[in-house]
Amino acid sequence: MADYRMNEAELEKVFQDRIDDEQKIEPKDWMPDTYRKNLIRQMSQHAHSEVIGMQPEGNWITRAPSLRRKMILLAKVQDEAGHGLYIYSAAETLGISREEMVQALHDGKAKYASIFNYPSLTWADVGAIGWLVDGAAIVNQITLQRTSYGPYARAMVRVCKEESFHQRQGYESLLVLASGSKEQQQMAQDALNRWWWPSLMMFGPHDAESAHSAQSMKWKIKRKSNDELRQAFVDQTVPQAQYLGLTIPDPKLKWNEERGHYDFGEIDWDEFYRVINGNGLCNRQRIVHHRRAHDNGAWVREAVEAYDEKQKARKQQAA
Amino acid sequence: MNGARQKLLDFVIAQADDAMVLGQRLSEWCSNAPYLEEDLALTNVALDYVGRAKMFYEYASKLEAGKRSADDIAFLRDGRDFRNLLIMELPIGDFAFSMARQFLVDVFNLEYMALLQQSSDAEVAAIAGKAVKESRYHLRRSHEWVLRLGDGTEESHARMQKGLDELWGYIDELFVNTDAEVALIKEGVAIDRALLRDSWSNQVEAVLQEATLSKPGVEWTVTGGRQGIHTEHFGHMLAEMQFLQRAYPGLEW
Repeated sequence: MADYRMNEAELEKVFQDRIDDEQKIEPKDWMPDTYRKNLIRQMSQHAHSEVIGMQPEGNWITRAPSLRRKMILLAKVQDEAGHGLYIYSAAETLGISREEMVQALHDGKAKYASIFNYPSLTWADVGAIGWLVDGAAIVNQITLQRTSYGPYARAMVRVCKEESFHQRQGYESLLVLASGSKEQQQMAQDALNRWWWPSLMMFGPHDAESAHSAQSMKWKIKRKSNDELRQAFVDQTVPQAQYLGLTIPDPKLKWNEERGHYDFGEIDWDEFYRVINGNGLCNRQRIVHHRRAHDNGAWVREAVEAYDEKQKARKQQAA
Repeated sequence: MNGARQKLLDFVIAQADDAMVLGQRLSEWCSNAPYLEEDLALTNVALDYVGRAKMFYEYASKLEAGKRSADDIAFLRDGRDFRNLLIMELPIGDFAFSMARQFLVDVFNLEYMALLQQSSDAEVAAIAGKAVKESRYHLRRSHEWVLRLGDGTEESHARMQKGLDELWGYIDELFVNTDAEVALIKEGVAIDRALLRDSWSNQVEAVLQEATLSKPGVEWTVTGGRQGIHTEHFGHMLAEMQFLQRAYPGLEW
């Protein structure tokens, strides 16, 4: 019998043709090993970011200043946990378990959004995280609704809807502060001062220096470059800051008529790499916290397993 | 304010405080749960309780003709003026303790809120109607956890039993009517808590038995929450909860 199986190069050709044709890749389809690994890296990082992001926001749940704000924040953090769950599940279709992904996070092998290594110090930070951090995430995630891997693209559709809701709520809460007392206005400005640059850093290094970018674009895992996304974020956010009456901490920020975009200053890349490499204020705290919760819950997870085993045995006995 | 209205206000504020304080405690679990699914579920339950508190506080504000807002009542009273049951304010402890508390409270709340839907006060009845739906879901969860932890491993069994033992002395207070409640029961506004005891005991004992847990031997019992006599933990919880309103008085957030 003739062997009709394609060799690796032929498979890759068919795969790339499908990508070029805007077809979605589904879990059972053949895919290059590096495509799989690249996606696992990106999706697990995304899921971890949702989960670790619960910490700086959760930091203010017990101190939220009104019943309404407490409810909004609880609902938001609940959504983040939900996003983490979908994205872990979507990543699991690539043949990795959530336990393995969490282990990689604890071992420092998997990353999460570096912005969560900055501390949330005042109530205004909760608004700033919603407005800027979720705002930056949406700019990226909107393009990911068209990412080539089907389960990830579909997860993004739902995530985007909720994130844009969060962004509006964050902005609305800053609007109240910005039009409030002098202390509240200062609180809002201070939050913008501290979160602005880290938000721009969320888009990653310049295109020329981005390690995974070129291949990810070819495979349409990524649909727009880091610099394109960053520019889109700046363009949409500057007028919002103006409406708040707050000042973006960048003296070089200026509308460029010719380009039809805002020009803006250079990111402090030393700080970017310093924080990514573990020297942010909260890097250790975030992982210690996650690991502590995980370890403290070990006996619960063991109990659930033992209970399920007992139930199964009882059912078998009864049958 | 006349006597009858004052009694109704006291009753509504006590209901609000019960929900507020338990919601605040539950929210402390956020990002600390044993599963990501539980982070989600526990914040969801916390949200239900804060929402319930908000409805009761808003009604209280209305009864006071807006003298204080719902937020004022929640964030600007000191501990002595809070009227929650003591069981609601105890620190979260471990997961077994928290689930034991939820279960004991959920069994009570489901039945209590179901009856309170018949309150002659339309606003109270409406809030109870919403609460009863939530409590049904809460009880399904906490019931499951008592079974799993009680009949799980030796460690989980021991922790669940310890949680129950530590909580048991706070149970009596669930069934004590305040003076305001006694008057409101006659008018059909409030529910006689004492009448729920047998049903509560039967339901709880059946689940404990299925979960291979023992009903704690009652050797002690404490009350005081409804008189504003709280545990020493409570002031710390309020200090955290009320920080912004206290540090920056009189502002909108």
